[in-house]
Amino acid sequence: MKKENWKELPLGCVNIHPGNSRENLTGTWRSGRKPEFMAKNCIQCYFCWLYCPHFAIRVEGEKVIGINYDYCTGCGLCSEECPTKEKAIVMVKEEIELKERRGR
Amino acid sequence: MSTFKPLNGNQTIAEAARQVDPDVVAAYPITPSTAIVESIAQFKADGLIKGEFVCPESEHSAMSMCIGAASAGGRVMTATCSQGLALMWEMLYIAAGLRLPIVAGIANRALSAPINIHGDHSDTMGARDAGWIHLYSENCQEAYDNCLQAFRIAEHPEVMTPVLVGLDGFIISHSVEVIQVEDDQRVKAFVGEYKPLFPLLDTSRRFTVGPLDFTDYYFEHKRSQIEGIERAPAVIEQVAKDFGREFGRHYGFFEEYRMKDAEIGIVVMSSAAGTGKDAVDELRDEGLPIGLVKPRVFRPFPHVGLAEALKKLKAVAVLDRCSSPGAFGAPLFTEIRSALYDYDKRPKMVNYVYGLGGRDIKVEHFKEAARALVKIAETGKVTQQCGYLNLREG
Repeated sequence: MKKENWKELPLGCVNIHPGNSRENLTGTWRSGRKPEFMAKNCIQCYFCWLYCPHFAIRVEGEKVIGINYDYCTGCGLCSEECPTKEKAIVMVKEEIELKERRGR
Repeated sequence: MSTFKPLNGNQTIAEAARQVDPDVVAAYPITPSTAIVESIAQFKADGLIKGEFVCPESEHSAMSMCIGAASAGGRVMTATCSQGLALMWEMLYIAAGLRLPIVAGIANRALSAPINIHGDHSDTMGARDAGWIHLYSENCQEAYDNCLQAFRIAEHPEVMTPVLVGLDGFIISHSVEVIQVEDDQRVKAFVGEYKPLFPLLDTSRRFTVGPLDFTDYYFEHKRSQIEGIERAPAVIEQVAKDFGREFGRHYGFFEEYRMKDAEIGIVVMSSAAGTGKDAVDELRDEGLPIGLVKPRVFRPFPHVGLAEALKKLKAVAVLDRCSSPGAFGAPLFTEIRSALYDYDKRPKMVNYVYGLGGRDIKVEHFKEAARALVKIAETGKVTQQCGYLNLREG
């Protein structure tokens, strides 16, 4: 999206483009680790979906099916909150993918 | 029809508030501005105003409520001073950044420590970079007139910037003066209807007010904000012109007193200007070609006008009712001196800090400054750039 110059902006720090945070790929903030979803341990409690600050938990047909890495910042809250004995979300190292992400 | 009423400075601000009847007044009492808040509360209790009056738990909350109410689309007003204004600090910047045309009456008072409740300009001068428009009042009448003009200036679509109206704590806030109060209906007509740009209560449009800006937008939004206050001079001038036509009292960015053939001059704001004019009269009687300049608008700073008014003088003393510790002179001095920098012919300038914590400034102190100016004008030499008036030097 073209960034407006100061004369084009509406007065008073008003954002007139609802939903434009979708364009802000917060997944680029991840540094060194990412959550990994393991469906077999998931009890569909939705805690991860509830706690994720970036709506990066993918839900399809009312079921948690994984992580949206375009927006996941790798904060680890989902894994922390996952209540199962064998966690359905674990944090893993992410080095290779990071290199690929840069320069996007 | 206008009426003459004996009112003190605080009551004149409250009277203006009653007549304008903002949608919301959110304010917390603090000496010496308490009576503004008290009077508005009384008006509300007596059913004389329709707007909401809220007394929150602190000044920080008061300004936060003003910001909320103004974002909702209301015309909003508050009053405070000193520690109260200091507690509002971060919210002052937010009000200006969100372009919310809030009007605040400030009974200028010293800042702690040491604790002191009397008048000086430390409070508003500390807030001089918060993005607000500053109007200063010499007396109760000016406080009333400035307050009425403040709404028009703040709410102008080109400006949309909050305005504070300064009146010296106790000296003006608590001194009774017979002032000309204009007719309610004429005041309402003069102030007009306020049209907010992005009222949050307008659910037909979808927008967010004040979301997070990163490195990519903050600078542009700040530049846009600066434009508002830079466009204010034309509006301030027009509003003053309309005010003069409607009510017969005329205002500029600053007032020039006996400046026409003056060779030396004194610059001073607010109530001390009244004393200064008496001093100028006495010195003129003694044959000294002296004049006085009283800035009314401090932000946006009328740098060209002031420089033009002062450039022909031989020597000028700028009197500041606040200190700027560690700086090269107090705020009014540094700005005026800077405004004159590009002129080939410009006066020698000195700065006097006076009246901190409500310390009196009398005719004799103006004369003391004038004597120093005479010497500077004769010798062309400044021996002491920054000094103090009526301080026990020891």
